Amino acid sequence: MSLTDTADASTGLAFGDEPSTVQENSSMDVSTSDIPETAVGQPLVSDPKMTMRNVDVFYGEKQAIFKVNLDIARNEVIAMIGPSGCGKSTFLRCLNRMNDTIVDCRVGGQIELDENSIFDAKLDVVSLRARVGMVFQKPNPFPKSIYENVAYGPKIHGLASGRTELDEIVETSLQKAGLWDEVKDRLQEPGTGLSGGQQQRLCIARAIAVSPEVILMDEPCSALDPIATAKIEELIAELSENFTIAIVTHSMQQAARVSDRTAYFHLGYLVEVNDTETVFTNPSHRLTEAYITGRFG
Amino acid sequence: MSTSSLIVIILIGAFATFMLGRQRSLSVAAPLGGKRHLHSLPNYYGSFSSLLWAIPALGILALWLIFDDSVIYNLVWASMPEHLQALSDQERSLIYNQIQGIAMNGSADPSVDPAMIKAAEHMNSLLDSSKTALAIVSILAGIIGSAIALSLVKETFQARNKVESIIKVFLILSSCIAILTTIGIVLSVLFESLRFFQSVSPIEFLFGTHWSPQIAIRADQVGSSGGFGAIPLFTGTLLISAIAMFVAVPVGLMSAIYLSEYASHKVRDMVKPVLEVLAGVPTVVYGFFAALTVAPSIRNMGESIGLSVSSESALAAGLVMGVMIIPFVSSLSDDVIHAVPQAMRDGSYGLGATRSETIRKVVFPAALPGIVGGVMLAISRAIGETMIVVMAAGLAANLTANPLDAVTTVTVQIVTLLTGDQEFDSPKTLAAFALGLVLFAITLTLNVIALHIVNKYREQYE
Amino acid sequence: MSEVKSTIEKVNAGLGKRYRSEKMFQWFGIISICFGLLCVLALFFDIIGKGHSAFKHHSIEIPIMFDADKLGITDINDTKQIYSANYDGVIKASLRELFPNVSGRTEKRKLYKLVSNGSYLTLQKMLLEDPSLLNQTTEVQLITDDDIDTYLKHFVGKESEFERIHAEQVEWLATLREEGRLISHFNTVFFQAGDSREPEQAGIFAALMGSFYTLIVTLCLSFPIAVAAAVYLEEFAPKNKWTDLIEVNINNLAAVPSIIFGLLGLAIFISFFGVPRSTPLVGGFVLTLMTLPTIIISSRAAIKSVPPSIREAALGIGASRMQMVTHHVLPLSLPGMLTGTIIGMAQALGETAPLLMIGMIAFIVDIPGSVTDPATVLPVQIFLWSDSPERAFTEKTSAAIMVLLAFLIAMNAFAIYMRKRLEKRW
Repeated sequence: MSLTDTADASTGLAFGDEPSTVQENSSMDVSTSDIPETAVGQPLVSDPKMTMRNVDVFYGEKQAIFKVNLDIARNEVIAMIGPSGCGKSTFLRCLNRMNDTIVDCRVGGQIELDENSIFDAKLDVVSLRARVGMVFQKPNPFPKSIYENVAYGPKIHGLASGRTELDEIVETSLQKAGLWDEVKDRLQEPGTGLSGGQQQRLCIARAIAVSPEVILMDEPCSALDPIATAKIEELIAELSENFTIAIVTHSMQQAARVSDRTAYFHLGYLVEVNDTETVFTNPSHRLTEAYITGRFG
Repeated sequence: MSTSSLIVIILIGAFATFMLGRQRSLSVAAPLGGKRHLHSLPNYYGSFSSLLWAIPALGILALWLIFDDSVIYNLVWASMPEHLQALSDQERSLIYNQIQGIAMNGSADPSVDPAMIKAAEHMNSLLDSSKTALAIVSILAGIIGSAIALSLVKETFQARNKVESIIKVFLILSSCIAILTTIGIVLSVLFESLRFFQSVSPIEFLFGTHWSPQIAIRADQVGSSGGFGAIPLFTGTLLISAIAMFVAVPVGLMSAIYLSEYASHKVRDMVKPVLEVLAGVPTVVYGFFAALTVAPSIRNMGESIGLSVSSESALAAGLVMGVMIIPFVSSLSDDVIHAVPQAMRDGSYGLGATRSETIRKVVFPAALPGIVGGVMLAISRAIGETMIVVMAAGLAANLTANPLDAVTTVTVQIVTLLTGDQEFDSPKTLAAFALGLVLFAITLTLNVIALHIVNKYREQYE
Repeated sequence: MSEVKSTIEKVNAGLGKRYRSEKMFQWFGIISICFGLLCVLALFFDIIGKGHSAFKHHSIEIPIMFDADKLGITDINDTKQIYSANYDGVIKASLRELFPNVSGRTEKRKLYKLVSNGSYLTLQKMLLEDPSLLNQTTEVQLITDDDIDTYLKHFVGKESEFERIHAEQVEWLATLREEGRLISHFNTVFFQAGDSREPEQAGIFAALMGSFYTLIVTLCLSFPIAVAAAVYLEEFAPKNKWTDLIEVNINNLAAVPSIIFGLLGLAIFISFFGVPRSTPLVGGFVLTLMTLPTIIISSRAAIKSVPPSIREAALGIGASRMQMVTHHVLPLSLPGMLTGTIIGMAQALGETAPLLMIGMIAFIVDIPGSVTDPATVLPVQIFLWSDSPERAFTEKTSAAIMVLLAFLIAMNAFAIYMRKRLEKRW
């Protein structure tokens, strides 16, 4: 997909009149027939960091994602919301090809990072993941020391030339993750000994130690208590200055608090993408409205 | 009456008392208005009567069979003339065997001591009366038991509960067999070992470097105490086990890793059962393979490059033992690797680690305790393995670390000491039990520690 | 952005090296698997290669004259005479008739060596079955001596490599072959006879029967005890120290070397309880103790896999715990328990070491008829034969291994089939 296409699409012409017709239809039943062919709102932007075109995902015979078109802008925080099972996590895992690790998962369509296809044979999945890092739903620190957890990425990628440089990376990453003050005296203790929130921030520190360009977060707060959640959300806001962040969340409040744009997924289809404020105050699509007003989810 | 016909009679009786008990419960219930007025179903009354018939009868039968030999032995000896009474225990058992032979087959040999023929006749009459007495006593006990049972049958009698508690006692006894077995093992090796240590000091046994029990066969020889220093056996065992581990651990571990992390479903489904065949092959087959195929070819190879290799080299036995243990290591590692949560792998892949980096730096360290436990179990297996070394390793108790030399192991010596022409209670036979004690102690320790580690590890990820 | 770029450059710079080590690692895995597969192949090829020829044997067809005078039989109805008759003389006479030119003691001895030492048994059996053969001449197939058989199987045309065959014998055999008197046939002796000092007369039937009786004893004891123990531990046992002790014991016994069980059998069953040595009975006792842990562990797994809802349903309509177990849990877990039992039996069938300790290593010619007859078992027979230097015994050993492996594979395949069926049900 060329850049000109994207530019055209970003004007919104391609998605013209859809919303009004849908909004008129206020019946309560939800069926796939209501889902638009292409997402309403502003799925495409100019000069995107990542672009996705006609993305399909299959698990064996079953199709989980249908023809998704979406752009992620540079240094934005984009939230993906939707009822459970809508495919938002699956979609997120496509962006750094984490789905490769799942047997009989097939991805179709085109995904580009800085205008290079991530499925390109020349582009390496290892360096892709170094550029597009990921934080998972459940904190998953390695059964190693805190220091080793953060140093793991730089070590395998050979980012540090010596011990001092590695120490520096570890310290900055932990600082960026807001964990440094809490753990600086016990770097050699196992990472599994930290509290849930600390573990998740450790995983974020681990991800940013590789200095990725994009960070994917798959419901990073779902296993955490409200206080830890608040800390992570603060952290996301700070990180958004340097990184592009795509976050999947089941909490609409969280999406509203942390993101610049919000994408709503429904049964494997991307239904609506818009500025977060627009999505939450004035959703264009009936399904989006139904979801954010809590009628299903 | 022979034992088997007695058993048949008891079984028929059990069926009869079942029907009786059932019938009686029904007749008790009839005036009350049918069997629903009984506490339990009629079958339970039947089972109860049947059990009270069979348990005493079979119990007496079992006890009788266990003890009748020694009772008859004592009775026969009690009637023996003086000159035979005066003999030593070993000679006595020899003579007793002869008497048994005469009693069973008769003897026309006139040179036999008439006292022995008389004893044989005495034995036969004892055996006859023993069998008759057994039949009478056991059936009588059964009748008393079932009579009590039948007299108890009333509508309020809780037959089901009684039957169930009898069954429960059987269940509990069955589960205690494991403990009894362990106690049996400990007692059998411990007692004989203690007798061994009366003639050979434990220090000499555990730390001596000279092993030649064969000398001890003839009591009149100078070195009749023989050489019972077991160090060469221990080092031999360790050498062969080490070679086996050297083969089994890397191969088993790497194939488990490859099959669980790299191979496609198809490959895994095909390769795994084939590798598991190695686990199902009896050890005697490995022994044959080691002795007739591997050992000669290693010798030939060694000779072709100018090395002198013993035809019973530790290398051959160790290699084949290693092959035997591959599936053991591999299936244990497979379990352990599978227990490492996928989230760990995802965490590592998400950072851009390659598969091997993830395995080596995340999965393997996480699985290490489990793998260590598995390897310890494998070592215990190698140490206790018998047939391969009996067939492929030698009897020469060399104190060496050269895998091309012949060495002997603890298990080989146990087999050799207990299968040749043996003299009961000689230090030579008893030494086998002392070796058994050492073997049991070592493998038990390894197993307990290994199982503890593996369980701890499993809990960690559950 | 420049810092980020440099990160990617660093990552990409290291990629080549990392992928090389990835490939290496993967190759280690592949090599390991290939090594394992190769071992399986080597083992099977070696044994089949050595053993397949044992299923055939050569016989020589000789016209035998049952001459009453030569046999020394005066009264055909006297079986004692038939048993002690001089069959060897008749066979030798027939051989001399076939080759009238042979003279000299050594020559003649070589000639007699063509047929097995045990050939008289064949004639004895014929005469016992049909006394009217006396003073008749019939063609009889006598099996060849093991050296002759080995020569015919492996060294025809390569006589110099096999020093146990003589040039004259080679000639005679060629003549016999031309006359159509040399016959190769399926080796029935191997499946019908007990052990023998003569390789050509040795068979595995006694050992097979010994294995059969031993396994019957093992099965009759271990299955009920193991199921009872498993039921108790899963359904009734309170969670206390005693139960923990039982569990620890079971798990440890599963890993105790088998030879230790042999020592136990020798000291407890034979010396203490006076169970007769060398019998399938004591062998069965020892193997029972050895296989119990295996069967208990798999039976417990089978019981665990029965959904708790079924237990609750049974208890809910007023069944006692025992009724719940006997009516619902046991029938549902039976296939799993049987699978474990078959695997335990396969393990028992292949076991050798403990049986050596309890005297099942005897030289058994007669076929055992009950669990209290002295017997040996197939693996021990293999062990005994493997020690014999004759090439014919090596061949027989391999063939016996093939039979043993066939049984084991059949048992395991059946167990796998059962497990597959079980998986479908839940």
